[in-house]
Amino acid sequence: MSERTGLAPPKSPPVRLTRETVSGGFKKRVIELSGQNMDSCYQCGNCSSGCPVAQEMDILPNRIMRLAQLGLKDDIIHSATLWICASCFQCTVRCPRGIDIQGVMDTLRQIALDEGVDHFGPDQIDPEQAASVPQPGLVGVYRKLST
Amino acid sequence: MKRIGVFICHCGINIAGTVDVKRVAEEVAKLDSVVYAQDYIYMCSDPGQALVREKIRQEKLDGIIIAACSPSLHESTFRTAAEEAGLNPWQCEIANIREQCSWVHTDRKKATEKAIRIVSTMVEKTRLNESLEPIPVSITKKALVIGGGIAGIQAALDIADSGHKVILVEKESSIGGHMAQLSETFPTLDCSQCILTPKMVAAGKHRNIQLMTYSEVEEVSGYVGNFNVRIRRKAPFVDWSTCTGCGLCMEKCPAKVPSEFDRGLSTHGAIYIPFPQAVPNKPVIDRESCIYFKTGKCRLCEKTCEIGAIKFDQEDQIIEEEIGAIITATGYETLPVTELQEYGAGEVPDVIDGLAFERLLSASGPTSGEVRRPSDGRVPKEVVFVQCAGSRDPERYRPYCSKICCMYTTKHALLYKHRVHDGQPYIFYIDIRTGGKGYEEFYHNAEQDEGIIYLRGKVAKIFRDGDKTIVWGTDTLTGRNVEIQADLVVLATAVVPRESTAELVKKLRIQTGPNGFLSEAHPKLRPVESINSGFFIAGVAQGPRDIPETVAQASGAACKVISLFSRDHLEQDPAIAWVDEELCGGCRICISVCPYDAREYDEEKCIARVNEALCEGCGSCVAACACGATQQRNLSDSQIKSMVTASLGGE
Repeated sequence: MSERTGLAPPKSPPVRLTRETVSGGFKKRVIELSGQNMDSCYQCGNCSSGCPVAQEMDILPNRIMRLAQLGLKDDIIHSATLWICASCFQCTVRCPRGIDIQGVMDTLRQIALDEGVDHFGPDQIDPEQAASVPQPGLVGVYRKLST
Repeated sequence: MKRIGVFICHCGINIAGTVDVKRVAEEVAKLDSVVYAQDYIYMCSDPGQALVREKIRQEKLDGIIIAACSPSLHESTFRTAAEEAGLNPWQCEIANIREQCSWVHTDRKKATEKAIRIVSTMVEKTRLNESLEPIPVSITKKALVIGGGIAGIQAALDIADSGHKVILVEKESSIGGHMAQLSETFPTLDCSQCILTPKMVAAGKHRNIQLMTYSEVEEVSGYVGNFNVRIRRKAPFVDWSTCTGCGLCMEKCPAKVPSEFDRGLSTHGAIYIPFPQAVPNKPVIDRESCIYFKTGKCRLCEKTCEIGAIKFDQEDQIIEEEIGAIITATGYETLPVTELQEYGAGEVPDVIDGLAFERLLSASGPTSGEVRRPSDGRVPKEVVFVQCAGSRDPERYRPYCSKICCMYTTKHALLYKHRVHDGQPYIFYIDIRTGGKGYEEFYHNAEQDEGIIYLRGKVAKIFRDGDKTIVWGTDTLTGRNVEIQADLVVLATAVVPRESTAELVKKLRIQTGPNGFLSEAHPKLRPVESINSGFFIAGVAQGPRDIPETVAQASGAACKVISLFSRDHLEQDPAIAWVDEELCGGCRICISVCPYDAREYDEEKCIARVNEALCEGCGSCVAACACGATQQRNLSDSQIKSMVTASLGGE
């Protein structure tokens, strides 16, 4: 499709679900690192509706959970949501299925960093601003948001 | 001159909010024959009824009118109250000023005028009402249950246990129905046959149950308490009275017939018993498939049978029975996969329906409980389950929810996972509906701990690619389309009424709804009765439901029959048609219009009579009668004429 001239590349290509995707490596790793069973999530959306920073996210927390259930790693690790999340624990406290959603978010950030996905780089800060930001702040932000 | 009392109910604000009840009382008090008129806040309450009784005695009333709600609600309440005060119940009439007045109007003045006219109309009727006595009708205390699935079995057992005789008719050669095909049952996962077969055996051995399998109801006439039923016992071509069920004949039969019981996943001979636990455990010869019936040669079974039970010359038998009540429990079918074009229309070998998957899971099934796909017998590693295959699709298939699929599909995926540990089940659904005791917990467990992937969305297309079956669907929860290369696809096809039920209801003269399921008399308050008295309904024939509900409903229907049989005779409402024999010319137009077969011709007197037990008092014959010979009790021509005048304002 995308090779045809004059047409924009498809934005929602179909995903091929296999045993490996839905119960394989990525999903096992999330479960292992977070200790949480994402399959318990029934998509009520309570995590998203109560999230204080949801309006800044590209993918709402409940959908992150859904993508994790299906093992769709690429969609997750490139999402800005992981870095917008303020780790306030609101979602964890409210989840009716008792999932530590914040813990899952932590895990997903860790996996994203392991996969070499930088959310933030030196070229993204302009030199003037860099001069005014305290050094510990810069170190902190690089530590949290890049590899 | 009659002494009539009028009692006007406020029904809280239901009536009084729109109708000036005081004014109604004042106005109707002025009418001829009305000697008493009073309003009261709740006439149906104990003090309200006490007022009615007190005034009947005090004012020596010989006719009363309760102006209140519909007679379908409280007519019997007030007729009983009247009787308690010594008044004939048919001298009590209801003027409906709620459903037909206050609830449908907003203009208080006009609604009040209308209420006055409604009451005046009933005053006219009451003025000429006769005192009547209920008509006693005898009752045959023997029940007929049509359908030998779990609903029919349960209903038959309950009636039989109460000491009454039951005939259980089943069109297949064994009772058991669909439940006998199931592997395990949700949400407890107990083995279906293990819990069903004891009931089958009990029904087969009960001294009050006469089992008539391989039989169909041909004709039903008569009325509640007194039905005449003709049953056709199809010829099994085996003498069941001598056959021992040894099964040698079945081993020798060279014909190969796809097993209906195993949903075509196995074959049996032309002489067969559908499944090992069949009750009765006697074979039948399928005439269509039998080599002897087709070619005139073979008779291997006959040669094998040492006791000579094979009878090729056997013919169908017609049996006539007198019956008091009939329970229809004819069950269901599922929408054929062939009707689902986008799901391969039955052409893709590894696309099967839920009942076929039950047989694959069943320990007594064609694969002895190992999940092996039909095309090549391999164990499928990726299995896709598709819910709402034909349900909830008013445009193309069936508009209703088939109700049982959410639960049985979860059960299927769970049992598959238990059998094939490294297998991956996927379930496509639109909504998951788990209303029932322990159902949500069952689903929660399957979703959380069994690795079943639920995908919210409908499957658009299923097709074959090599040895794979490709499923195109969507997951609305991620907003992504999904493709799965499945090894096996199981469709949760819509539950539909049996085709044969449509013919049966014509014979029984009971009703079905728009989707072909049996209609109940009232969806909430009379769920196990048909609108025609003496007919009861149970099981999925009435609408999709699961086993616990079916069993509860079957026991409910049986209880209704037992309560009917607990009386020595039935009482028929006497407000029905009667014939003035002097006037009747014997034209028989009444016979042609009667929907209840209640009019019959008297050859001797050359007049048309009324069968009082059958007449429902609908008035069709009264309206059709050209010479005025047929009249309705307490709705005579003169009563109707004066009622019409009153309803038009007395002019």
